Amino acid sequence: MAIDYKGPVEYSIEIAIERICALLNASYFISKRSVALLILQDDKETEEMVVANEGEAVDKIREVVKETKSHFANAITYELALERQAEVKSIVDKAVKIKKESIGTRERLSRLTMNPLTGIPILLFVLYWGLYKFVGQFGAGTVVNFIEGTLFEKYFNPFIANLIIKIVPWEVLQGLFVGEYGIITLGLRYAVALILPIVTFFFIVFSVIEDTGYLPRLAMLIDRTFKKIGLSGRAVIPMVLGFGCATMATMVTRTLPTKRERIIATMLLSLAVPCSAQMGVILALLGGNPKAMLIWAGIVGLIFLFVGYLTSKILPGERPSFYMEVPPLRMPSVSNVITKTFARVKWYFIEILPLFLLASIFIWLGMLLHIFDFIVGLLKTPVELIGLPPEASTAFLFGFFRRDYGAAGLYDLNKHGLLNGTQLVVSCVALTLFLPCIAQFLMNIKERGWKTGLGISVFILFFSFTAAYIVNFILTKFGVIL
Amino acid sequence: MLRDREEEILEALWGEIVEKKNHMCDISVLKDDEAIKQLTDLDYVEVKNNQVRLTNKGREEAKNCVRRHRLAERLFVDVLDIKDKLVHEASCKFEHLLHKGLDENVCILLGHPKTCPHGRPIPEGECCKDAKRIPKKLIMRLSELELDRKATISYLETQDQSILQKIIAIGALPNTGIRLIQKFPSYVFQIGKSQFAIDKELASSIYVRV
Repeated sequence: MAIDYKGPVEYSIEIAIERICALLNASYFISKRSVALLILQDDKETEEMVVANEGEAVDKIREVVKETKSHFANAITYELALERQAEVKSIVDKAVKIKKESIGTRERLSRLTMNPLTGIPILLFVLYWGLYKFVGQFGAGTVVNFIEGTLFEKYFNPFIANLIIKIVPWEVLQGLFVGEYGIITLGLRYAVALILPIVTFFFIVFSVIEDTGYLPRLAMLIDRTFKKIGLSGRAVIPMVLGFGCATMATMVTRTLPTKRERIIATMLLSLAVPCSAQMGVILALLGGNPKAMLIWAGIVGLIFLFVGYLTSKILPGERPSFYMEVPPLRMPSVSNVITKTFARVKWYFIEILPLFLLASIFIWLGMLLHIFDFIVGLLKTPVELIGLPPEASTAFLFGFFRRDYGAAGLYDLNKHGLLNGTQLVVSCVALTLFLPCIAQFLMNIKERGWKTGLGISVFILFFSFTAAYIVNFILTKFGVIL
Repeated sequence: MLRDREEEILEALWGEIVEKKNHMCDISVLKDDEAIKQLTDLDYVEVKNNQVRLTNKGREEAKNCVRRHRLAERLFVDVLDIKDKLVHEASCKFEHLLHKGLDENVCILLGHPKTCPHGRPIPEGECCKDAKRIPKKLIMRLSELELDRKATISYLETQDQSILQKIIAIGALPNTGIRLIQKFPSYVFQIGKSQFAIDKELASSIYVRV
């Protein structure tokens, strides 16, 4: 349907459209009228397209646009929107009758989720039951124990190890596939037995939350806080995903509107958002010590806000603005949730699996060439500086290959009674902040480019140790016994 | 239509009779004045033994005359910055121009003042009574609108093309009905059947009329 755009007669938009159409010679995949309308509205892509195709006529077209603009006080986009709205209104008025509705239960519940007084308790309830209980305890605990502990360790790994040893004669190559850090025994096992179930459970919760329409409400609750760290409420989606898997969340930062927001979000995801696997181990380490847990959460939370605030001050670019439709709350349908979860898990798995296998190869190479011993030696000094036993440096190095793996290394140290309360807090803080796992490191580079991806990683390397050093210093200085 | 002199007499009577709460007023000085005769004929005043009394009709007319005079004074002092001596003189001439409707506009412009610059009360007009019922500002930013009050978008004001596009995308265009549902931590409003959440910057670019 074409609307007749009015305006002062001889300079009307309609006439400008006609004049531009007459000047357009090339053929486009949309009508000339549409091209003319887009040019009048300063659409960048269309302008580039016209500049590339029209040659000399471009100047004349620009002349028409300039002249047309001079006859309107407002932007042409605005004028067009007004005309369209008037047209829509005249149609709707004729065709639609709107009944008055009173505020029902649904609307009341919706307002409860948006009012900070009730909305924050609701958020905590959702986080506790959805993330902690369902994903953390049931998914990452019960289900992973069964798949990894029983299915893989008891049946699959021994079977495949035997098979490979029979087929591949060289011991070094055997190690590549089924050694301690083998592609199959580590890479595949992690991907299939650990990450896949955790992420599946996480996506189930996420799809349910998404389908109820809760996310935009969460976004509006948190927008004011996120503005302080250079993000808008929209960034709540990658941030929530980050609690599932920061690597996947980094991919989702694509949905943020500006480059500046994407960099800040990537930075924070790499630094201060613990993923579900890592969270599981940290909860296990600090679970018996509520005071230590509180200090850890407080420090990581503060660092999240502090680094976000600093980054937003340093990075140039316009302030983000927030607008989002708030759809009515709905009951999610089971089939939708299943379909979505399946599609996401599949997509995620295809993206992530090669990275896991690659990580295994790196570790295998590192072990083979004794590079790891060298790096572990390098890490000893900073590890001792932050008040931890030298054995912890192995945990940090492996932490890079899998963040949760590093945390698991700490878990072993703790089991052997090598860490006291303060050291536990310090090491958990350091490990949460420490370099993202290699999968995320590769994702940072893939999404943000070499310079930014590497820059973020180097910053985090220094920052995590500095922060841990300060935390250790303060806790020891004030004799806090945990 | 009353002439200037008659209006001034009504004003004086308002001061003597209504404000000083006398029942009547002695007008022996003006006994044979043409204006008094005119006012009597119009049924604004009743004269008995040199004592004059305002009729109900006259009381209403006197009130309006006083109101116009004192509004004019306020206008000269507050807006046009005319100094003491000239105020009375200028107001006396100007008040006669402030007839039905015009006085209301001046009253709205001045924000419904309660007293004249000399501290005497300005009688309330219809517009002042209305002003007590509806909020003082008719057009305001969406961010200043009361919760759950129905309003209509009047215009958008922003120099930022990207903000403008966002507001257009939401459909918050002039002459659309809008109702604010929440102000904190973000602004949530309803247009038609849809609800939207926006930040303060966007909410301050939308001007609404209640």
